[in-house]
Amino acid sequence: MEIHELIMLIYVFALAVFVGFELITKVPPTLHTPLMSGSNAISGITIVGALLSAGLEEFTISTILGLVALIFATINVVGGYLVTDRMLKMFKKK
Amino acid sequence: MEVVSYLVYLIASILFIFGIKKLGSPKTARQGNFLSALAMFLAVVITLFDQRVLTFEYIIIGIVVGSAIGAFMAIKVPMTGMPQMVGLLNGFGGGASALVAFAEYYHILNKTNTLDISTGVTIVLSVLIGAVTFTGSFIAFGKLQGFVTGKVVKYPLQNPINILLLLIVLGLGYYVVANPTSDLILLAVVGISLLLGVLLVLPIGGADMPVAVSLLNSYSGLAASMTGFVLQNNMLIIAGALVGASGIILTLIMCRGMNRSLMNVVLGGWADAGSGGTGEGLVLKVMPNLLTLKN
Repeated sequence: MEIHELIMLIYVFALAVFVGFELITKVPPTLHTPLMSGSNAISGITIVGALLSAGLEEFTISTILGLVALIFATINVVGGYLVTDRMLKMFKKK
Repeated sequence: MEVVSYLVYLIASILFIFGIKKLGSPKTARQGNFLSALAMFLAVVITLFDQRVLTFEYIIIGIVVGSAIGAFMAIKVPMTGMPQMVGLLNGFGGGASALVAFAEYYHILNKTNTLDISTGVTIVLSVLIGAVTFTGSFIAFGKLQGFVTGKVVKYPLQNPINILLLLIVLGLGYYVVANPTSDLILLAVVGISLLLGVLLVLPIGGADMPVAVSLLNSYSGLAASMTGFVLQNNMLIIAGALVGASGIILTLIMCRGMNRSLMNVVLGGWADAGSGGTGEGLVLKVMPNLLTLKN
């Protein structure tokens, strides 16, 4: 990648980091675990990269690595959202 | 089509921001989780239309197998086992990021036979952070579940060894960037990073583990973000950075609640404080909120 492309990506990264810092200033302790779990599911976004590798046209070592990555990432995403929802359901009963 | 996918990625990024924001308040938390799941769904669907994605059999296998395992785990886990469940899922996420970076390394190398410096550096970082998260999270899971001793495990020269290992990994990473075809060296980076993950989490006592899981969660966000650099995908960078940054803040909040400093967490040096035994201490410390909610 060209240096100016890298710089643009670093811009995006830096700004997103600051948004992330501001997002959760006052979280009640009850929500610590669900929040951790919910954002853990989001880090499964790497599933996008896994799809790109597992779906390559010709079968190479990248496909195998991509397939394992896809299984891992899908476990993270599906498990993460379901578990978070299970935890948050308990809040409704209150 | 490319423009459409960029726009969908942008929408997904915005939904992730709203999702995390809403997760921070009891009234909107469930809606926030739904928004973030919707964003994930949109991102996955639009990626299937990417011009790079040409074969679908492995994708179908991966999604079916992964969904089955993930759903089974999520439904079976008891409410008191949540922190270790998050730790386990987090390990899979970190591992996935490292694997994607490795797959991309071979893909780029096969296509062009070279690796430019920026891509090389981000591949090494992604592999390093992802692999540390992978083993670190599994050790955290083992400690909370009782597979690994919940006690503080001390070994001599703990911090010097870890710092030395990190320097070795960075040195090997530099070598890979300078000599792109040396895939065995990149494999060594993986191996040492895996070891580093174990060594960083092993010294932490079971009662302090939720904070460690939170920090590892932040790491896996960073790993995903680095993978975004490798793939030059802004949405991946944004989503990963959001998790990385908000994860650090959450870790700080949890540290404050337990009278710890983050520096101690990063260095894995909780050796002298609170060796609270196994996961039970943790359930009492972190989960009372959930337990009382039940009543």
